Amino acid sequence: MSSVLAAAPAADSAASGKTVTAPAARPRSTKRATCRVNPYVWYVIPGVLAFLVVIGGSFGATIYTSFTSWNGLGTAKFVGLKNYITLMGDEVFWQSFLHAGVFVITMALIPSALGLFVAALLFDYIAPRFGARISAAMRAMFFVPQIIPITVSGVLWVWLLSPNDGVINTILRNIGASNIALNWLGDPKYAIWAVSAMLIWIQIGYSIVIFMSGLSRLDPSMSEAAQLDGATWFQRFRMITFFQVRPELSVVLLTTTVAALKVFAPVYVMTQGGPGNATTVPAFFSYYQFFTTTKVGYGSAVATVLALILTVIAIVILNVQNRQGENQ
Amino acid sequence: MIAEPMPASIQLDEGASPRAGKPLKPLKLRKSELVKPGVSGWLMLTVLVIAVLAWVFPLWLTVVNAFKTAPDLLENGPVTVPTTITLANITDFWTQVNFTQKLWNSIQISGWTALLAIVLSFLTAYAIGIGRIKFRMWVLGLFMIAFTIPQEALIYPIYTMAKSVGLYDNIWSVIIFFAVTQSAFGAYMLSSVLSEFPMEILEAARIDGAGTLRLLWSVVLPIVRPTLLMLATFFFIWTWNEFLMPLVLLPSNANQTVALSLGATSGQYTSDPVSKAAAALLGLLPSLIFFFIFQRTLLRGVTMGAVK
Repeated sequence: MSSVLAAAPAADSAASGKTVTAPAARPRSTKRATCRVNPYVWYVIPGVLAFLVVIGGSFGATIYTSFTSWNGLGTAKFVGLKNYITLMGDEVFWQSFLHAGVFVITMALIPSALGLFVAALLFDYIAPRFGARISAAMRAMFFVPQIIPITVSGVLWVWLLSPNDGVINTILRNIGASNIALNWLGDPKYAIWAVSAMLIWIQIGYSIVIFMSGLSRLDPSMSEAAQLDGATWFQRFRMITFFQVRPELSVVLLTTTVAALKVFAPVYVMTQGGPGNATTVPAFFSYYQFFTTTKVGYGSAVATVLALILTVIAIVILNVQNRQGENQ
Repeated sequence: MIAEPMPASIQLDEGASPRAGKPLKPLKLRKSELVKPGVSGWLMLTVLVIAVLAWVFPLWLTVVNAFKTAPDLLENGPVTVPTTITLANITDFWTQVNFTQKLWNSIQISGWTALLAIVLSFLTAYAIGIGRIKFRMWVLGLFMIAFTIPQEALIYPIYTMAKSVGLYDNIWSVIIFFAVTQSAFGAYMLSSVLSEFPMEILEAARIDGAGTLRLLWSVVLPIVRPTLLMLATFFFIWTWNEFLMPLVLLPSNANQTVALSLGATSGQYTSDPVSKAAAALLGLLPSLIFFFIFQRTLLRGVTMGAVK
């Protein structure tokens, strides 16, 4: 997608017609000179209008509401920065971002690292020995949690993790480890890690798929040369593969980081932010303010802060991608 | 989770573009080219097979317990295959939540969303990629916001807006919202595909006197149709798995989606494990079938040009 941005300056000069001498560009530029208005403009109107009303309007309304005190009924009272000042002193708000930080580790960092390792194993260890079919089948299996509705995953994991009749605890008791058969989702100490376990389960397929396609793009000669020099598979992974898939790695890391900060449904389905506030995340916190405590202004402030943070991260994503595009 | 529209989660710059298809290739090796596995190879395979089994274990639990009787589960535990197969759990859940209706709602919502989003994104991308209108960078920059803003930052105004125009608890509120957000994403992706559309073809058509509408319909559309279909597949499954918007905008049972039939009713219908498993099985089956039909398209879409 960086190509849209990268191609723009070149396209500009082509369209203006002045700097271009190629005859092919001429019919277009003369036409433009006579009509003035680019006839293609009409096609952009429905999309832009719909976007401005539905997304622009809503986001604008949320930003405005974040400066008001409003319970969703009647008129909103303008209170300036009060909501933001309250936020800064709200322990739950900071906790929610701390939890989002935990999810960045368990939904972005760990699945990326594990995914890269598994992808490399499948691609240049399993496939050359047992055939591509086996590695493709395994990749598909790892990917399945990605396409299951989150509500289903949530119900399944709540059942897996439930303290008494949960499958995990049943197995733990059967192998004589009943002392670690804990109340995973009911104990504030473990709840966030229990949710994280499901997120790792879901996310790893995404990184495996992307890394395997990245690996197929690579030039195998360097790895082969290293192999001839007697490098083990693990050495080659560490010294060569890892550096060659850095572009994919940055894409996966940054996009999953954004997704991790947006987490809502897994928390809603598994814990409702609890026990206490042990698994509250910013998205859930704002939802809770909107529809449970009906402090709409306050919830809007939380949502606005989250949107700003995510926008900054997305800009970083684009910059990193563009820089990589230039380097290649 | 694949339902998260992200700038890099699907990219169509390559492969599906008019230029060439880069198939989800890798690893084409003939039997004779295979390396001898050796002990370490078999060991590694075993480790990975165990990992894969652990990954699909929740699915195994779903399938075996959905067909089990409650006493059977109590006696033999959740991991074994059922001693007698019963369909009662599944039919019970189906009738209790009126699953036919949920399926139909989900199909309508996802289908209309995919269709509208494709039309909107194609028109916008046509103006940007082929028409090279002024301010196109501004338009694309604006659309970037669609994937960074969390839905929580839009939900309340959408909720009040839907109420004021009489679309609250109406599937069209959800369809319109997703059509717009996903078309922003689609326009972004398609613009880059169309900006590499072969110039000679366009010029030839223009010299023959084709207007913009003619060009769109008879020249550009036939060539990018595969890309549009792939994008539509993604729009469909993203919408199918969406959670927050249907949760807020479609409160009544009659309008709920498959994805919500479990989440919103979990306490209500799924108190014992066998009905839980049956509910989960029904909830994941449509997505699973969809995945196996469109596996190649979906996996190619996820990976395609993640990095160019």
